[in-house]
Amino acid sequence: MFINFFLELRQAKVPASLREYLTLLEAMREGVADHRVEDFYFLSRACLVKDERNLDKFDRVFGKCFNGLEFLSEETTAEIPEEWLRKLAEKVLTEDEKKMIEALGGWEKLMETLKKRLEEQKSRHQGGSKWIGTAGTSPFGAYGYNPEGVRIGQDKSRNRRAVKVWDKREYRNLDDTVEIGTRNIKVALRRLRQFARDGAELELDLPDTIRSTANNAGYLDLKMVPERRNKVKVLLLFDIGGSMDDHIRVCEELFSAARSEFKHMEFFYFHNCLYEKLWKDNRRRHSEFLPTWDVLHKYGHDYKVIFVGDATMSPYEIVYPGGSVEHWNEEAGQAWLQRVTAIYPKVAWLNPVPEKYWEHTPSIQVIRQLMTDRMYPLTLGGLERAMRELSR
Amino acid sequence: MKFSGTDSYVATEDLNVAVNAAITLERPLLVKGEPGTGKTVLAHEIAKAISRPLITWHIKSTTKAQQGLYEYDAVSRLRDSQLGDARVQDVRNYIHKGKLWEAFTAPERPVLLIDEVDKADIEFPNDLLLELDRMEFYVYETRETVRAVNRPVVIITSNNEKELPDAFLRRCFFHYIRFPDRETMQQIVDVHFPGIQKELVREALNIFYDIRETPGLKKKPSTSELLDWLKLLMAEDLPADTLRTRDPKQLIPPLHGALLKNEQDVHLFERLAFIARRERGGN
Repeated sequence: MFINFFLELRQAKVPASLREYLTLLEAMREGVADHRVEDFYFLSRACLVKDERNLDKFDRVFGKCFNGLEFLSEETTAEIPEEWLRKLAEKVLTEDEKKMIEALGGWEKLMETLKKRLEEQKSRHQGGSKWIGTAGTSPFGAYGYNPEGVRIGQDKSRNRRAVKVWDKREYRNLDDTVEIGTRNIKVALRRLRQFARDGAELELDLPDTIRSTANNAGYLDLKMVPERRNKVKVLLLFDIGGSMDDHIRVCEELFSAARSEFKHMEFFYFHNCLYEKLWKDNRRRHSEFLPTWDVLHKYGHDYKVIFVGDATMSPYEIVYPGGSVEHWNEEAGQAWLQRVTAIYPKVAWLNPVPEKYWEHTPSIQVIRQLMTDRMYPLTLGGLERAMRELSR
Repeated sequence: MKFSGTDSYVATEDLNVAVNAAITLERPLLVKGEPGTGKTVLAHEIAKAISRPLITWHIKSTTKAQQGLYEYDAVSRLRDSQLGDARVQDVRNYIHKGKLWEAFTAPERPVLLIDEVDKADIEFPNDLLLELDRMEFYVYETRETVRAVNRPVVIITSNNEKELPDAFLRRCFFHYIRFPDRETMQQIVDVHFPGIQKELVREALNIFYDIRETPGLKKKPSTSELLDWLKLLMAEDLPADTLRTRDPKQLIPPLHGALLKNEQDVHLFERLAFIARRERGGN
């Protein structure tokens, strides 16, 4: 019945499964939603979307698939409670206007004409309630009905619905393709925490075992605790200076906050591409630096390496010896990057440049190849993908 | 059994639909949202609205799925056997029912709240898949299967600290409680404090939404904090216009402790308020 809608959702990368679709059908059959399109919207949202980050995508697909449908649904509400109309008009009309109504033949008459008019309009337009929108052109507008007269015939809460709920796209901010801002960092950090835990292995809790065995009159009572060791070791390599200046603050904020999540986290800076030197203090980079070899030797292969950089430079800086803009490098940046990927099985490159521009920058392409495609945009979605890759 | 909010809980329409879907189809409802938007309260209110008992299971980082089913107390059995207690013959004496068991065997269909499911270990939701889906489980010690007499209405809340596994999500309805807009907030306040001064609420809401808009706050105040604050304002019997005063000495709203919960936030807000004031003064 809604199979197209379902397929569109899948196409828009909302991970809805068949089972959820069947649940939706079942709920429809049970009559959970009334015959209003809003209810259907709410219901299908509750059934098919399981993550607030997908709500925005869902809204967009819903708007696309069911565009125009909402008019059909309002037909059922086109019966106008007279009492209500009167109340509304009393509220809206001024004394003068009320007098004018009297002059026109009184309230009853007016109501009658209004009703007739509505009826006419209803039969003329299939859309039934289209008249609501065009109230301004109706003669009744002249009598001081709020031209927002859309309200006629709808009760108060419904009137908010005049703006289609899904068109408001209230969940925009939660979409994970937005770039990371301060506001989103918190959510992003949770992604990091995810890979800081390593399942629920049990280990022997010796002090507790001794205590409970003693309590147990000497009968051995083994106590286990979930393993809480934070085994994740991270080596962060930041590109700094030049084109990265716009992004570096966000990156640093992100990872300095991430610090507490990892027992071992080391960070180093490089410029544009990785060469034989790394440094920890950007102001004293020319005096205090570490040879990259030392770093590679010191941190074992169980470290996960995260590069953060825009990878935007001249391709020469990567592939040729002496290509660096700052100094004479004996070996090409490419060689160093290959060494890193050879030593560390878990490598990811986070790129603050939006993904859609990547293919237009040759150097990004080159680095991406060197990273065997493990380059991710620095957005919540990208970060999550990177973390998934790293923790696999 | 239709849920449509209660006189002490304002439920938006989308929430109603989600709750009713969960009640009708007897599937769990997963509720997420900012802290303090009434996730836990929801379960209490549903129980109240459909007048069914509420069983709550609060999850901690050490909670195991098994604890929700049952626990076998081997130690007391061992002790009883040493003492020659007759009870020791029957293993059933040493099986303690968990919250799920309790909910499955309740005489009338209860509401089961599994609170803050994301606090537990990542394997926790997976361990409950079958139990929540079929609403039955097997007790190894007594070799019996416990089946739900009446499938409970299950409400699960999460603060998003951990991702829940897809298989688990597929079995639930999902609702994300959005932060209430002004209009809804007004209703919520009305429901909690009927007869509160309109003026006071308006000013308080102005300030509240201003604070929430402040960029860079560590913790934004939430609905529950607004309600606390209003309660305080009422208890102190502050007139509405104290909230409106532009007294240069008083930069932040009175009793702000209810809204801003850490020092940096208070400083930040003070600084911003100061700047705003100065600009306004300059004009």
